[in-house]
Parts: sequence; C-alpha cells; structure tokens
Amino acid sequence: MEIVYVYVKNRSDFGKQCNFSDRQAELSIDIPPNPELMEQFVIRDPVDTGSQCSCDMSEHEVNTERFEMETRGINHLEGGWPKDVNPQELEQTIRFRKKVEKDENYINAIMQLGYVMEHCIKQNNAIDIYGEYFDEEDEVEVSDEVLSAKTINVFRDPHEIKRTATHLSWHPDANRKLAVAYSCLDFQRADVNMSYDSFIWDLENPNKPELILKPSSPLVTLEYNPKDSHVLIGGCYNGQIACWDTRKGNLVAELSTIEFSHRDPVFGALWLQSKTGTECFSASTDGQVMWWDIRKMNEPTEVLIMDVSRKGVLENALGAVALEFEPTMPTKFMVGTEQGVVISCNRKAKTIAEKIVCTFSGHHGPIYALQRNPFYPKNFLTVGDWTARIWSEESRESCIMWTKYHMAYVTDGAWSPQRPAVFFTTKMDGTVDIWDFVFKQSDPALSLKVCDEALFSLKVQDNGCFLACGSRLGTVTLLEVSPGLCTLQRNEKNAASSIFERETHREKILEARHREMRLKEKGKIEVKEEEGEGEVKINQEELLALTEKEFFDVINTEMKRRGSTLKKAVSKVGAQRGIHRSRRTALEGLLMS
Amino acid sequence: MAEVEETLKRIQNHKGVIGTMVVNAEGIPIRTTLDNSTTVQYAGLLHQLTMKAKSTVRDIDPQNDLTFLRIRSKKHEVMVAPDKEYLLIVIQNPTE
Repeated sequence: MEIVYVYVKNRSDFGKQCNFSDRQAELSIDIPPNPELMEQFVIRDPVDTGSQCSCDMSEHEVNTERFEMETRGINHLEGGWPKDVNPQELEQTIRFRKKVEKDENYINAIMQLGYVMEHCIKQNNAIDIYGEYFDEEDEVEVSDEVLSAKTINVFRDPHEIKRTATHLSWHPDANRKLAVAYSCLDFQRADVNMSYDSFIWDLENPNKPELILKPSSPLVTLEYNPKDSHVLIGGCYNGQIACWDTRKGNLVAELSTIEFSHRDPVFGALWLQSKTGTECFSASTDGQVMWWDIRKMNEPTEVLIMDVSRKGVLENALGAVALEFEPTMPTKFMVGTEQGVVISCNRKAKTIAEKIVCTFSGHHGPIYALQRNPFYPKNFLTVGDWTARIWSEESRESCIMWTKYHMAYVTDGAWSPQRPAVFFTTKMDGTVDIWDFVFKQSDPALSLKVCDEALFSLKVQDNGCFLACGSRLGTVTLLEVSPGLCTLQRNEKNAASSIFERETHREKILEARHREMRLKEKGKIEVKEEEGEGEVKINQEELLALTEKEFFDVINTEMKRRGSTLKKAVSKVGAQRGIHRSRRTALEGLLMS
Repeated sequence: MAEVEETLKRIQNHKGVIGTMVVNAEGIPIRTTLDNSTTVQYAGLLHQLTMKAKSTVRDIDPQNDLTFLRIRSKKHEVMVAPDKEYLLIVIQNPTE
C-alpha cells in the first residue's frame, strides 16, 4: 500500500523561493493491528539472551613523536687539552707533556704496554702469521657416498626359445647401441627350432632390436670394429668367422670357408690394430688361433696352434676360450685356455716356438675372461672357476691377487675403464660383483643380484658408468653404477699401482723361496739315492731297539721318582711290546708331564 | 724515566715500524713520532674502537678483559695496547 502525497503548483510559480511553514500533523494512513496474524506467532518460553554486566571501557592509541637521531663524527685536529693549556702555545704543551711523563702511572703503564707491544712486533717480524701455510694439502674427502647400481633397462630375447646371451659389444662411437650374440652353449642340447639370429639393440628401444643379424650358425661372440662402427665380426658355433656391414643389411657380408675355419665354436674374436682396419683374429677350443683379413675371408692369413710344448702339435693343443688384445701393445696377445692356463704370445716372433712366450697357470677350470688393466697393462685379470685372479706379467708362477672362492662359478669379468682399481664380475647365480681393491680386498664393494638365472657375459661401456650383462635366458640387463664407482678417485692411480707393485714383489719373494727350497730338496734326494736300500731296513730295526731302551730308561727313572703305584701301571704297559712307536711317544709324553 | 725512553726508542727501531705514539684518554699525544694531526686522528678513532672492543669482550665474559688489539690492513698493521688512561699505538709494516 502506497503512501502518497500529491500537490499542485502553477507553472508561473516555478523557481520561486520556498517558504517553509509549520503545519499540524496529519494522519495519512492508519493501519490497525490484525489479530489473525497473531496465530502465526508462537510464544517462546524459555528465552535465551545474553547480557553482560561490566564496566565500560574505551581504547585509545597514542604514538609519540619520533625522536630524531643522527650520528656524526667530529674530526679533531687537536686533542682535548685541559682548560689551562693553550694548544697553540708550544711552551705550554711541552710543559704539560713533561708533567705527564713524570707521572708514576705513566711510567708503569708504558713499561707494561711496551712489553706487550714488543712481543707482537717481534712476532710480526718473525713470520707472517696470517699467511697460508698449508695450502697444498687438500682436505681428505671421505666419500660417504653409498655405492649403488641400478637397472636402467632390460632387453629380452624376443624369440620363444630362449638362448644364452654369450657376448656383448658396445658400439664404439656413440655407445648407444649394443650388439648381443645369442647361442646355446650347452653341448648338443640346443633346440632344433632355436633361431640363429643375433641382435643389435638400440638402448632407447628395448622392445624391438634395431637390427637382426642372420648368420648360418649361432654366434658365440660378436665384436664391433673400433675403427669402423658399421662393421662387426662374429664367431660362429660351427667354427666359421662371419663379418657384417650394418649398412649393407642383416645378411652376412663375408664368411670364412668352412674347410679353413675352426673345428670348434669360436670363443674369441677381436679386431687388430692395423692401418687398413680390416684385420682380426679368432680363437677356438680346437686349439688354434687364426688371423684373418676381412677382405679375403676364404683363408686365414696365419694360424697358430696353442701347444704349450712349443712343437705346434695339434693333439697337445689347449683349447682357447678367451682372447685378449690391447691396442697399445700390438705385437703381444694373450689366450686363456680351457685347461686353466693363460698363454702369452708374441705375434712378431719368427718361429712357432718363439711365438709362445710364457704361460701362467693357476685356474682350476676354463678361463672365461681375460683382460689387461687399462691403466697398468702389465697386470691382467682372469676369471675362471670360482675365483677372479689378478696377475702380473713379471710373476709367472702364481697370481698376485685373488678373490676368495665363491659359491657359484664366475663367468665373466672386466676392468672399469675409468678406475684402475675397480673390476666387475658376473656369476652363475645371477649376481654382478663390483670389486674395488683400494677400498676392500676381501669382499666385493658392491654385489647385486641382477636376475635369477645365471649371468654369462658382461661388458662395460667406455665411460665406466654403464654395464650390460647377459643371462642364460637371453636377457640383457643394462646397469648404471653410482658415480663413485666410475669417477677416478684422488690418489687412486698411485694406490692401485703401489698395491700391484707390492703384491708382485711379495710373489717374487715367494717364488725365490720356492726355488731355493726346490733346489735344497733336489740336493737331498741326490744324497739319499747314494745309500742302498738294504741299509734302510736295518736302520729301522736298530732305531726300534734304541727307542725301546730309551723308553724303559725313562720309565725307570720316573718310577724311582714316584714310587710303587706307578710300577704296577708301567709293568702292564711294558708287557705290550708290540705297540706302535707313536703310542710310545704319547705315553712318554703323558708320563713325563 | 730513562727506561721509558729506552723502551719507546727500542720499539721505534724495530724492523718495519713506521710510527709509535702514546696518547692519553683525552686524545692528547704525549709522545709521537708522526705529525700532530695524524696522531690526533689515530687517537680519536682508535680510542673509540678500543672502547668498543673492550666492552664487547667484557659483555661476553665479565671476567675477561681486552689486552691487545691488532688491525691488519692491506698496507700495514696497527697495534694498540690499551691501558686505563693511555694508549700505546704502533704502526708496523709486517714482513711479507
């Protein structure tokens, strides 16, 4: 309902000044209360209200005016002379000074202070106390870093019938590719339907191999040519050598003729250092080492038979399982054999006898891996039976360092290319051991279980960080080790070389001792042989009688010392005359005590 | 009296010493080998610094007291031996 007030005004009156006047109040609207609306209300009982009984307070803020402060310095040109002294007057100042100098306090103070001051001056003159004296000595950084290695990638054999990954080779340039040779090394247990293919994997793509190499027989070993990254050499199970060029496709580019190849699986094939970059050599358990030029694969350029007696007879030859070649020493190479012997050879020798320089024997079983230390090539690592051993070329009779005998067969080993004291081994229980003999010599620095089946091969990448290991079921695992294991530690080279030298020295001393003892024994045997055999028997009888007599003498003296009780016991013993000499001495000992 | 002379002379004659001064608490140079204005400047500044150093030392440990103050700068070293009333200041060029 609107309350409206209407008024009328003449147009001529617009704009005139307003004259306000009072008026009586007028009732515009009167709205009576509606009792029906009462129904909509409910009386509240009880009612809850808050009330407060306290004194009224008020709040005020006050801020004082800021007190201005300023720091100023005054540069005095003249000291605080007492009032009676005029600083300008030289006479007065001198007089004042003289007075002060006569003061007792002054004299004492100066003596005291002078003493202290002189000490410091002399100190300054003596040495530069603030100089850096121990600059060169770096703080010994104890690397508390926990050693670790983690699996980056796993490459599985895509075929259903799994084959062992017997050999791995990293791509020489980019290290982004890995060539894996697959074959079945169990004698005559290879499945008929087993595929002969080997693969080149790209690290980025673990699902599908980048290139499939199709040989005529499964590949036992496969190596990239370090000079030409497109060329690979593979050793086959049937003894042939095959060569691939990845640019030409996955079929064999060159293949050696079967008549002139090895008679057994080729276990080692390595590229040689040559101007043409086409020379390689291979070794197999048939006891031969052959040199090839890949341009002409129908015949090997050279053959050497691993006969330790240096006669070149094939029947006596030792089967070669591992091959080693160091590009820095191009005329020498080493072969690890099935019989546990490492043969060091010289390629440039004229006669066969000279070609085989020396042998190192020490392993109980085939030597599966052989590698020279990249920093100290005189020392090399061999892996075989249940141990890994480190040898020095100078000590021929035994290895200089060795690991303990493990529970599982050690199948492959390699040095780390970055650290001279670190090497890796794989075992048949599927573990990879990382050894650091500068850190710990009795146990591996790190031991990882990579897979449940046996590991057969291992290859470390050139930067030392990545390593690939191949297993019996064809699974290749790519591991990355923690930076502590692949960066050269301070002083490590010196420490490693001193360890090698020390151990070599120790072995040399032992060798010398052995030689001495052997010479002595030889001498003794010669002397003994001069006496006849008959005399030997008589000697024995006499000896027996003598010992009997001695024995009874001792007993008698003892008896006299101890009395009759012993007499009875001894008389019983004495009755058994045929007792063994050893029992006699034991009794003697007992009675003596 | 003579010992004082001797001491001060000895100090002045040490290797590398550029200047020696004895100043009292009011900044009046009692004995100095440098010119007046430099001495007064050193006196005023070092007095304040010594007071501050002394109070710092005593704040940390009330039983402690300042015995010597050494300021090494690029060019030379200023050594201040404080006393209740006097300051012995020596400027030395330390041997490198």
